[in-house]
Amino acid sequence: MKAPGDRAEDAALRAARPRGEPERFGDLQRERQARLLHAIRDAAVAAAMAFGLFVLMVGLRTDVGPSGELFLRTRWADVAILCGIVFAGRLLLNLWYASRAARAPARPGRLAAALGAAGQALGPALLAAALVLPFIPGIGRYELDLGILVLTYVMLGWGLNIVVGLAGLLDLGYVAFYAVGAYSYALLATSFGLSFWVCLPLAGMLAAFWGILLGFPVLRLRGDYLAIVTLAFGEIIRIVITNWVSLTGGPNGIGGIPRPTFFGLSFSLSGEPDTFAGFFGLEPSSQHRVIFLYYLILALSLLTNWVTLRLRRQPLGRAWEALREDEIACRALGINIRNTKLSAFAIGAMFGGFAGAFFATRQSFISPESFTFIESAIILSIVVLGGMGSQLGVAIAATIMIGGFELFRDLEEWRMLVFGAAMVLIMVWRPRGLVGTRTPSVALGKKRDIDADLVGEGRG
Amino acid sequence: MAYALQQLINGISLGMIYGLIAVGYTMVYGIIGMINFAHGDIFMIGAFIALIGVLLLQLGGMMEGPAALLLVLAISMAFTGLYGWAVERVAYRPLRGSFRLAPLISAIGMSIVLQNYVQISQGARVKPLEPLVPGGTEVMRDGSFVVQFSYIQMLIIAVTLLMLAVFTVLVTHTPLGRAMRACEQDRKMAALLGIDTDRTISLTFVIGASLAAVAGTMYLLRYGVIDFYIGFLAGVKAFTAAVLGGIGSLPGAVLGGLLIGLIETFWSAYFSVQYKDVAAFSILALTLIFLPTGLLGRQDVEKV
Repeated sequence: MKAPGDRAEDAALRAARPRGEPERFGDLQRERQARLLHAIRDAAVAAAMAFGLFVLMVGLRTDVGPSGELFLRTRWADVAILCGIVFAGRLLLNLWYASRAARAPARPGRLAAALGAAGQALGPALLAAALVLPFIPGIGRYELDLGILVLTYVMLGWGLNIVVGLAGLLDLGYVAFYAVGAYSYALLATSFGLSFWVCLPLAGMLAAFWGILLGFPVLRLRGDYLAIVTLAFGEIIRIVITNWVSLTGGPNGIGGIPRPTFFGLSFSLSGEPDTFAGFFGLEPSSQHRVIFLYYLILALSLLTNWVTLRLRRQPLGRAWEALREDEIACRALGINIRNTKLSAFAIGAMFGGFAGAFFATRQSFISPESFTFIESAIILSIVVLGGMGSQLGVAIAATIMIGGFELFRDLEEWRMLVFGAAMVLIMVWRPRGLVGTRTPSVALGKKRDIDADLVGEGRG
Repeated sequence: MAYALQQLINGISLGMIYGLIAVGYTMVYGIIGMINFAHGDIFMIGAFIALIGVLLLQLGGMMEGPAALLLVLAISMAFTGLYGWAVERVAYRPLRGSFRLAPLISAIGMSIVLQNYVQISQGARVKPLEPLVPGGTEVMRDGSFVVQFSYIQMLIIAVTLLMLAVFTVLVTHTPLGRAMRACEQDRKMAALLGIDTDRTISLTFVIGASLAAVAGTMYLLRYGVIDFYIGFLAGVKAFTAAVLGGIGSLPGAVLGGLLIGLIETFWSAYFSVQYKDVAAFSILALTLIFLPTGLLGRQDVEKV
C-alpha cells in the first residue's frame, strides 16, 4: 500500500512545473490546494488505518471478573481520540514535509557542525557539573540517587561501547556481565566477608572471565546472529541464577549485602570514632553515604572512559576499530581476530562487572529481576542512540534516556511505552545516533571529524 | 511408551505453533535481511485479538460450532495483519537503506512499544479463557495412563497444515509470490523490472503477521491463558526454529518449529521443567555456532 503524499510525489508535483516559466498566481494557488487536499486525504487514510488498529485492542478491554470469568468493557471515546491524534499528526507531518520541500534544503551537516563545536565545550562542562553536583544547593537525596542511577548507565554504556562501538560486535546480552559482577560481589561479601575494595577487582575479573568464556563460541558469528546468540547467553545466565536456589537464593535474591566503607570507615550514624562522620568530626548524616556512592560511581565511570580513550590510541584499540570497519581486510592484514574480539569482550565485560558490583553494594539487595533482557536493550539503545563509538554521545544519551525515564515515574505503565517509541523515533530521524560524527582516533596531518555515514558499520 | 507417545503428540502440536511463527521470521529475513524483533509481539497481539473476538461472539451468543472458530481466526488474521503492516510502515520502511544496526534497534523499540501498548490497553493481568474445544480421543491405554489426542491438538495440526499449504501455493504459484521471491533474490533488480518492492515487502509483513495470528489463536485455544509477555519467549523460540531449519527456507522453518517443540516437550518431560528455556536457547547458540546455515538453508558466500 503506497501512502499518497510521499515526499517523492511532492517533489514530482513541483517538478511538473516548467522551471523557467514565471510562476503565475493561479498556478501556485492550485498547486497549494492540491497539496493540501493530498495531505488531508493521506491523513484520512492514516486515521482509517489507526481505527483498524485500535478498534479492537483499545476499544474493547478484556477484564477478569470476580469469579474469574472474562468480560468486555468498551472505550470508544479513547479510540476516537487516538484516531483524531493520528489524523492531526499525519496532516501536520505532511504539511511540514511539503513546506520543507518547498524551501531550500538545509545545508547538510549544519547540525553536526554545531554539535561538534558545542561538543568541545560540552564534555568538560558536563564533567564539571557532575563533579560539583552534590554541593549545589537544592540537590537533595532524590537528585543524588538519580545522578547515581544515570552514572551507572553511563558507565554501562561506556563499557558496552567498547564492544559495540569500537569493536563492532553487537552484544544483546551485556546485562549478563552486570549480573555476574553483582552476584560475584554479593556472594563473596556475604559468604566470605570480603570488603568491597577487595571484591571490586575480583568481580571485574570474574566478569571478564565470563566475557572470554562466552566470547569463544561466538567468534565466527556476525551481526544479527551474534546479537541473538548473546541474547540467548544473557537469558541462560539469568535462568540459571533464578533456578540455582542453593547458591543464589533463586527469585528471592540475596539481601544484606554489605555497604561500601570509606577506607574502612563505615557510614553508620552512631558517630563512633571508627565511622566516617566520627573520624572527620562531622555531624552524622545519611547524606554522606549517598555522596560517597555518587563519587564512587563517577570515578568508576571516568575510569572506564579514560581506559577507553587510552586504548583507542594503542594497537589494540586500533585493531578494534579496524575490525569494526572490515573483518576480512583485518584478517588480510594479519591482525589476530580471535584475540582482538576476545579482548573486546573481556574488557567490556570487566567494566560491566565493576558496575554490577557497584549496583549490588548500592542496593544491598539483588535478585534476577534486575537483570532481564530489557536492561540489555536499554544499555544497547543508549550506545546506539548516543552514536556508536562517541563517548560524549553515550553520556548524553544515558542522561536523556534514564533521566527522562525518571521524570515519567508517576506514569509507571506509560514510560516504557514512551521509551520504546523514543527508540524507534530517534532511529527514524537520526539513525546514526545523537552525535553522528566520529573523530578518528589516529589521523594523518590535520584532524577532522568524519561523518559517520562514511564510516563502515561494524560487521564483526 | 505411552508417556512418550503423549509427549510426541504434545510436542508436535506445540511445534506447529512455533513453525507458524517461524515462517514469519524466515520470510522477513529472506526479503529484507533483518530480524523482525517485534514478530513475537505480533503473535501476542494475534492471541489477544482472538480473545477479544471470542468474547465478542460470546456476547452475541454466536460462539458455537466450527464456523465461529473460523470467524475468530479470520478476525484475528485480518486485524493482526494490519498490525504487521503498521509496524513495517512506521518502524522499518523509513530505515530501509540505513545502516545495518538501525532496523534492529528500531525493532527492539517496536517490541517494547507493542508489549507496553497491550499492557496499557488490556491490563497486565493474565487472561484465562475456559476451553472452547473440550474433549479428545483416546489413542492408547497403558495401565492407568491414558494417551489423549485432544480435539484442539487435532485442530492445531489441521489448521497449521492447511495454512502452510495455502501459503506454499501463494509463494510458488501467484504473481505476489513470484514478486516476493524476486525481491528476496535481488531487490534492486526486482525494482528495475517493475515490481513494486515497497508493496511486496509490506504484504510480506502482512502475511507473516497473519500466520502469527493463526499461531496466536491456536495458542489461546490450546493453553487458554495469555498475557502481554508471551510474545518474547515464543518469539525467541520461533526464531530459533527458523535458524535451526535454515533461515530463508520455508519448509525449514516448519521443520525447525517441530524440532524445537519436540525437544522442549521431551526436555520438560524427562529432565527439568525449569530449564526448558535453557534447552531452547542452547539449541539456538549451538546451531548458530556449528550449523549456521541450518538444516535446509543455503550456504552464504561472502564476497569482498
